[in-house]
Amino acid sequence: MAKTAADRPELTEPAAIDDLHVLVLAGGLSYERDVSLRSGRRVLDALRTVGMDVELRDADIALLPALAADPPDAVVIALHGATGEDGSLRGVLDLCDVPYVGCDARASRLAWDKPSAKTVLREAGIPTPDWVALPHDRFSELGAVAVLDRIVDRLGLPLMVKPAQGGSGLGAAVVRESAALPAAMVGCFAYGSTALVERYVPGMDVAVSVIDLGDGPQALPAVEIVPRNGVYDYAARYTAGRTTWHAPARLDSGVATNVAEVALAAHRALGLRDLSRVDLIVDADGRSHVLEVNVSPGMTETSLLPLAVAAAGLDFGRVLSTLVARAAARRP
Amino acid sequence: MAGTTLDDYTDRYARRVRGMTASEIRALFAVASRPEVVSLAGGAPYIAALPLDAVGEMLGRLGSEHGATTLQYGIGQGTLELREGICEVMALSGIDAACGASPEDVVVTVGGQQALDLVARLFLDPGDVVLAEGPTYVGALGVFQAAQAQVVHVPMDSDGLIPEALETAIAEQARAGRRVKFLYTIPTYQNPTGVTLTEERRERVLDICERAGLLVVEDDPYGQLGFESEAPAPLRARRREGVFYLSTFSKTFAPGLRVGWILAPHAVRDKLVIASEAQILCPSGYAQAAVSTYLNTMPWREQLKVYREVYRERRDALLDALTDLMPAGTSWTKPGGGLFVWATLPDGLDSKAMMPRAVAARVAYVPGTGFYADGSGGGHMRLNFSFPPPERIREGVRRLAGVMEQEIATRQVFGAVRGEGPRRRAGSDAPGPALA
Ligand SMILES: Cc1ncc(COP(=O)(O)O)c(C=O)c1O
Repeated sequence: MAKTAADRPELTEPAAIDDLHVLVLAGGLSYERDVSLRSGRRVLDALRTVGMDVELRDADIALLPALAADPPDAVVIALHGATGEDGSLRGVLDLCDVPYVGCDARASRLAWDKPSAKTVLREAGIPTPDWVALPHDRFSELGAVAVLDRIVDRLGLPLMVKPAQGGSGLGAAVVRESAALPAAMVGCFAYGSTALVERYVPGMDVAVSVIDLGDGPQALPAVEIVPRNGVYDYAARYTAGRTTWHAPARLDSGVATNVAEVALAAHRALGLRDLSRVDLIVDADGRSHVLEVNVSPGMTETSLLPLAVAAAGLDFGRVLSTLVARAAARRP
Repeated sequence: MAGTTLDDYTDRYARRVRGMTASEIRALFAVASRPEVVSLAGGAPYIAALPLDAVGEMLGRLGSEHGATTLQYGIGQGTLELREGICEVMALSGIDAACGASPEDVVVTVGGQQALDLVARLFLDPGDVVLAEGPTYVGALGVFQAAQAQVVHVPMDSDGLIPEALETAIAEQARAGRRVKFLYTIPTYQNPTGVTLTEERRERVLDICERAGLLVVEDDPYGQLGFESEAPAPLRARRREGVFYLSTFSKTFAPGLRVGWILAPHAVRDKLVIASEAQILCPSGYAQAAVSTYLNTMPWREQLKVYREVYRERRDALLDALTDLMPAGTSWTKPGGGLFVWATLPDGLDSKAMMPRAVAARVAYVPGTGFYADGSGGGHMRLNFSFPPPERIREGVRRLAGVMEQEIATRQVFGAVRGEGPRRRAGSDAPGPALA
């Protein structure tokens, strides 16, 4: 059976936690800069609270000189969007021999590209809604109407349209009738050059955070998301009061166990490390469908991973500092 | 299980707080602070054009030599010394003693923004109607929305507010039985369009308002930033009664001092002071001393010329770049002063929907939706030319043109789908003030 937070992990206090010099990276040039800055400040606070020596920085022209001048013992990547999640920054940190919390560059790149990640999940037998991913150019070459018609024929309605890469619900739309599809595609392509069109699975929206504090990945209690207006869009995500979160999610224990197992399986199938957040739908029959997996989950005041940590009865600062200490120990 | 909304105050907020939500458009502006991004989105004056050494020395002395008064509480109306200085500044625009301007009728405010808020507090009940140019200043929309007033936009063209449209709007409101309290107008080098109300229309607008018994709130932060010729005299210079004149040192000196003012009819002045004392007790003594000392001891008229010269060059850079680079079907205003150009996009393009592409292309602008109370205006954008240097402006327009071409191509592929229709404005489609 999968481990859940019921077997509460021990937070081992490495001897020298307050000797570690930690760099939190936040900001970046992505659409999610604002979210990232909020995540970064929250992580900074949490690590300071447990007595760590922490510094907050943007990923900009000054970063590499700073890494060279004063190499941190570990980096926490609170960058969302391409810089933080497409693996490239992790690759650069590897070049600098600076360890970081989270998965390596290769796994990050895989999880970041939703169609690639879905292929891996499906091959591993993990349920994920049927999909098609198409770049903008295919529509222009083959004719949008013809292609969209085929998609609707094959996947049915409603559909979920979202950029193949990226988070925070940006550029995403539920399409309930084919007449609304072209507008949704235009909205989606404003955020990226490839669109992911998925069969829409109705059900309960849940997010399962996975953390590994030293004895293997653990699923924290699932968090159920109930947006006040029915749509978990940007405003609903980042305006306190706009969404009700239930942690743990209101699921039968058998279903809850299955959700945790599916999330852990997704985390492993993608080769992730330290932490991740798996977003799923639980349908009316209690089956889980993985929508996407985030390697740099949001850490803001209204983000899901911190809620799950609290629901597990753990302290956010202690969890983060344990992850940081584990990362620091990987230093080449 | 009740769950959590992470905001235990949800049920306790005042009604006017409902529209205050996180906005993805506002969040997209976050990248504009990075140097890689050419920001045509801000509204910041080019403070580097000030003689900062001399100003800094002056500010130091205000503390060390005059701290006993500058750091003390003051009176709600503002210091007499500054109000006299303000009258000198207004006289330059033709609002002088001959038309009844006196330091007695000036109330110093924390920027033009507080002046707007005071006017709203004095005159607006929930449900009252305010007429304003369409588009209009985003910060005024915020104030009127907080007062739970309804803004009705009056269309404008390249000569400013259209008098016939104003008459129509007044008649429509009367027919609907709604109470119109005032016309809010920025007649000179308007924010966001840069357009100036012509000489002839000024008289007609004043006549129409007089006949309808409408107060006029004239907001004039930019009137002294004309590039070629003097702007037509302000509305207040033409009428002693019925016009409230609001202005600020934010664009002619420095916005960080937060000093603005209202020139109000006699009878209203005392109420403004009482309302202002309830808000802020008194304006900052230090900031007031800084402005009056600046006016008394430094060449402020010369500084106006410096600002005009810098902005004229940048406006030309922007207009030239637009002419050279914009896709067919784009049009824009040709401002004679101020800080902004208003561009109208080729048919079918939506400036709000295009924002993420702009972020990816490292250029920023403000979508037109920020300047309409009902969230319309998606076919337009505001471009600022006061802050970026000319070569950056050109580079910004080059990037913007690329963004528009991509968007046009995508819309062609999927059929000319329109963006979302007008939504109720959440007060958040424009950046915060700190954005350069
Ligand atoms: C038309 C208009 N009114 C008022 C203001 C408020 O300026 P401040 O509060 O800095 O004086 C501005 C600032 O951009 C403006 O454009």
